[in-house]
Amino acid sequence: MKVILRNPRREVDVAGNRRVKEILRELAIVPETVLVICGDALVTADHIVRDDETIELRPVMSGGAGSRP
Amino acid sequence: MKCRKCGAPAALELRRHNAAFCEPDFLEFFRNQVREAIRKHRMFTKDEQVLVAVSGGKDSLALWDVLIDEGYRTTGLYLDLGIFDYSVESKARCEKFAAARSVPLIISAVAEEVGAPVPVIQSVTRRPPCSGCGLSKRYLMNRVALEHEIPVVATGHNLDDEAATLFGSVMHWQMDALPRQSPALPSTHPKLVRRVKPLYRLSELETAAFAFMRKIDYIVEECPFAAGATSIAHKEILSRMEAASPGAKHNFLFGFLDRARPAFEQAEGVALNECARCGQVTTGTICAFCKLSDQVKRRVS
Ligand code: SF4
Ligand SMILES: [Zn+2]
Ligand SMILES: [Zn+2]
Repeated sequence: MKVILRNPRREVDVAGNRRVKEILRELAIVPETVLVICGDALVTADHIVRDDETIELRPVMSGGAGSRP
Repeated sequence: MKCRKCGAPAALELRRHNAAFCEPDFLEFFRNQVREAIRKHRMFTKDEQVLVAVSGGKDSLALWDVLIDEGYRTTGLYLDLGIFDYSVESKARCEKFAAARSVPLIISAVAEEVGAPVPVIQSVTRRPPCSGCGLSKRYLMNRVALEHEIPVVATGHNLDDEAATLFGSVMHWQMDALPRQSPALPSTHPKLVRRVKPLYRLSELETAAFAFMRKIDYIVEECPFAAGATSIAHKEILSRMEAASPGAKHNFLFGFLDRARPAFEQAEGVALNECARCGQVTTGTICAFCKLSDQVKRRVS
C-alpha cells in the first residue's frame, strides 16, 4: 500500500492489510500528530488498511514563534 | 472504534477525552468547545463586529468558519507577510474562503506598512524572522481593528499553541509573559482592542480534523521559517509527553489558567503611553513597530 506524506509531499510503500497504528509505528510517527486520511474520510488508529489502498498522513503541527494568527 | 455518541464508526479518536466520534458528532463537539470558550471568557457578543485574523492555515479558517455559522458578525484580516510562495498561496486560500461565504476580508501588506517583507526585515535586523514578523502582526492587527472601529480581534491559537507558549515562558521564567497568557485579554487602554482565542480548548489535531471535515481548503505547507522556530521544538516535546500520557498538554495549560496564573499577576500594571510617531500604545516613547520600520526603511532605501 501507498502512504502519502507531506511537507515536503512524498510517497512511500509499506506492507498493507494491517492497522493504522502499526503503520505509524513503522514510520516512527507519533499518533495524534497526523490526520489519517483514507479516501475522503478520516480513520482511527485501529482501522485496517487494505494492500490496494492509499492513505495520507497529514501533519497537524503548525506555527512559528511570532504569535501566528 | 465506535462513536461515543451514536455508535457509528468513529472518524477521530480523542484520547485525552477518552472518546471517539463520528464526523457529525465531532463537528458538534468542536462547536460546543468554541461556544464554551466564548461564554466562559465573555469574548464577544452577536451585537459586535469581530476581526478574525486569518493566515490561510487550518486553525484560523476553522475559527472563521465556526464563527460565521454561529451567526457572529465577522470581518477577516489577512496580513500579507511577503514570505515567498507561502504568502501568495495562503492569501489565495483566504480570498477564496471569504468569497465563497460572502464575508468581508481586509488585506494589509507588511511590505507596505513596515517598508519591506518579512525576509528582508530579517536580514536588515539580523534577528530571527519570527521576531519582526510577530511584532508586525500584533501591531497591525490592533491598528486595523481600531481603524475599522472593531472592538475585538480573534486569533486561531489552539491548545497546542498555548501549551507550547506556556512551556517556553516557564522554561525561561518569563515573568512578564506569564500573566499575559490568557484566552482573553481585556482592553487596558482606549487604543488597545480586546484579544481573544476561541480555539484554546481544542488541540491541533482537532482543528485539523474540523477543517478537513468541513472541506476547508487550507494551506498544509508551513511557513518556511517555522521549521527552525523553538515553538515547534517545544510542540514536539509536548506531543511525546501527550502520547505517553493523554491529557498532559490539557492539564498543563488548564492547570496554569485555573490555578497558577493569578499568582503571576503583577500588583501594579505598567504605564501605557501613546507612541509619539504613530499614536499606538507603547510602554516607551516610540513604539517597537515604528523603531523597526525606521530601521528597515533606512536600510532598504
Ligand atoms: S513561522 Fe515565523 S516568520 Fe513564519 S509566519 Fe509564523 S511568525 Fe511569521
Ligand atoms: Zn456519532
Ligand atoms: Zn509607533
